[in-house]
Amino acid sequence: MNKQINLRIDNINVTVPEGQTVMQAADSVGIHIPRLCFHPKLSAMTACRVCVVEIAGRRNLPTACNTEVSEGMEVKTNSAVVRRARRDIVELILDNHPRDCQICERNNNCELQELAVVFNLDKLAYEGERKKYAIDDSSPSIKRNPEKCLLCGKCVRVCSEIQGVNALSYAHRGFRTTVTPAFGLNQQESVCINCGQCTLFCPTAALTERDVTEQVWANLQDPEKTAVVQVAPAVRVAIGEGFGLEPGRDMTAETVTALRRLGFKVVFDTQFSADLTIMEEAHELIQRITKKGKLPMFTSCSPGWVKYCEHFHPEFLENISTCKSPQQMMGALIKTYYAKKTGLDPAKIYSVSVMPCTAKKFEAGRTEMNASGYQDVDAVLTTRELVKMIKQAGIKFTELKGSSFDEPLGESTGAAPIFGVTGGVMEAALRTAYESLTGTSLPNLDFTSVRGLAGIKEAGVEINGTQVKVAIVYGLANLHKLLTEIKEGKRSYHFVEVMTCPGGCIGGGGQPYPKGVTEPMDFAVYQKRAQGLYAIDANKQIRKSHENPQIKKVYDEFLGHPGGETAHKLLHTHYHPRTPKGIASKVKDTVNIG
Amino acid sequence: MTKTAKTKELDKDTQKKLLQLNDFIAGSKVLKDKQSLLMGVLHQTQTLFGYIPATAMDFISHKLGVPSAHIYGMATFYNYFQLTPKARYQIYLCKGTACYVAGGARVLDKLKEELRIGVDEVTADGLFGINITRCLGCCGLSPVMQVNDDIYVRLVPEKVPAILAKYRRLGQPKKKAKATAVAVGGFEQPGK
Repeated sequence: MNKQINLRIDNINVTVPEGQTVMQAADSVGIHIPRLCFHPKLSAMTACRVCVVEIAGRRNLPTACNTEVSEGMEVKTNSAVVRRARRDIVELILDNHPRDCQICERNNNCELQELAVVFNLDKLAYEGERKKYAIDDSSPSIKRNPEKCLLCGKCVRVCSEIQGVNALSYAHRGFRTTVTPAFGLNQQESVCINCGQCTLFCPTAALTERDVTEQVWANLQDPEKTAVVQVAPAVRVAIGEGFGLEPGRDMTAETVTALRRLGFKVVFDTQFSADLTIMEEAHELIQRITKKGKLPMFTSCSPGWVKYCEHFHPEFLENISTCKSPQQMMGALIKTYYAKKTGLDPAKIYSVSVMPCTAKKFEAGRTEMNASGYQDVDAVLTTRELVKMIKQAGIKFTELKGSSFDEPLGESTGAAPIFGVTGGVMEAALRTAYESLTGTSLPNLDFTSVRGLAGIKEAGVEINGTQVKVAIVYGLANLHKLLTEIKEGKRSYHFVEVMTCPGGCIGGGGQPYPKGVTEPMDFAVYQKRAQGLYAIDANKQIRKSHENPQIKKVYDEFLGHPGGETAHKLLHTHYHPRTPKGIASKVKDTVNIG
Repeated sequence: MTKTAKTKELDKDTQKKLLQLNDFIAGSKVLKDKQSLLMGVLHQTQTLFGYIPATAMDFISHKLGVPSAHIYGMATFYNYFQLTPKARYQIYLCKGTACYVAGGARVLDKLKEELRIGVDEVTADGLFGINITRCLGCCGLSPVMQVNDDIYVRLVPEKVPAILAKYRRLGQPKKKAKATAVAVGGFEQPGK
């Protein structure tokens, strides 16, 4: 199995294990063969043919992404023939692509555009028929523009192989081939769960988030409205990338200042409501365990997972925690507690959230989410949209003097930032549940067994002599595997943390696009973002949600106690089966980052 | 936002055909996995319904465990599969070289004139549809036309009205197909 193969690539001797592809072998000696349809975590499809190479003895130019190495192989990745072929391939793709780079969302961050520049395409020789399709903006989360689609199929594969959702597929044939939801319906009528991974994997702007920046600007400049904003944990360690900074750098303070400069009157922290979520969720978990409620309990923070459950596994809906997500808890509190406290008319509050997530846009519009009597969160911006707004406003983000969140919904503990990384909600919940059940102080707050970027993690924590079994999972194809095994009785847990996106929110569909040769699900990038969040946790004085003084105050002044009547009315909800009923695809092996 | 698709009752005819499809699936020999039955099941669907309605694709999706987006992809890939209702009498006029040279085009003009429809269209009463085909394998008898399973040879435009009249006599106009139909997953058929 571990047989080594010797070959030569561009006159460099390479030794790699048997079974590797020419592309992998080239990567190992620092040769980046250009690619559009290839991603290391997806099956190779050879749709784009940009990765062609010359192999001695072969009549044609094979694609490097799916050609296995063999002993004595002579590969040329940069011969005149190869360069010419790649250039022609890129040109032919461009011939059937709109020429509107200047007004395209992905301008300067488009894989096709980059290849056109790299291959020196100075003129397009052919002028032929070009595909014409309407833009699908039916979904509140995802915008689909099939005219910009190269048919690389990365969206189809990420939706199927990583998320197991299969909302998209190729349809029709030849020139008329297009990527579409079932029956040619629109995105909103499909089983799409709005996770937005397709927007990260798309090399062009065929799939993007539904931009609401104009709507937010209009409300920011409306003198009648008080604009209130909240920022999710994972945004602060990724937003810097939009301004050329290293992934993982904590830009919390700069983000707060930037939001004030954009015109937000009040800047709250979703980390406050993350602490609040832990209060409610830990309470619910204890109730379910001690009163023999439905187990395992699943976390409910990730709106992609919630919609997935409604479409694909309605039998598990009762297992989802009734707690709303931190975004929605904050939304409910802003238009009730905060409005009352400050004498603001909730009808005149414009509540915005900044999220690493496209599915949060859908969540905000759910009919369940108007506990205040109004839509609790009026608009959701992704990290990318906020970057755009900051640039529009000419704010020199990296030079900003930092500032802190507003009271009374701005304080958070170390348990909150880690919500943004896989395993974090579990760790935060365990810290509070442990102390609540045992009445003793935790000797070590770091539950390292639930950390790391693996797709499925398991741990056991002894609390009061009971072994509490937990699991942490990201990627819904991984989850489907886990749920199937729970049903078969092969696995059993008390508590399961589910994050829709690989790595958790740090890898959310609304995070900055990968740049240059980094890819979505790039281990190095996600690792840095995760480390950024764990560093924020480690540097906090208070690291347990139940010790957050502001949380105690909100309970005293307004909510009563966890699971109490007011808390229940504002912070909890139930979900219902949703049509169309989906068919999940199975994965043989757990999908991991890196 | 949380729009739930309306679940409409299926008409009796569709229900009956879905049951027949169910029997067909149950009676098929599974070689590798259920998914590999898809091609045969789509063929059977077209035989039963005359075309492949979204309702049936949704049904198959749940029976075989294949996501509906992929079934739609396969059904639209192959020319043979029709996604919209077909006419009761499908006219396939040959426009292969021999038939074309022998005056097939004039026969087509006559058909269009008589039925007042174009190629790939269906008459309002659902009785006739005109399709173009390439070579029916009897070039010596050109121009050739096929109506369902009947072949007509050595055609001239003058013969067309009598042929159509024969099928008008034979066929009672089909009952109008229900505009929408919904199955297991609740997909509505795209309005055509």
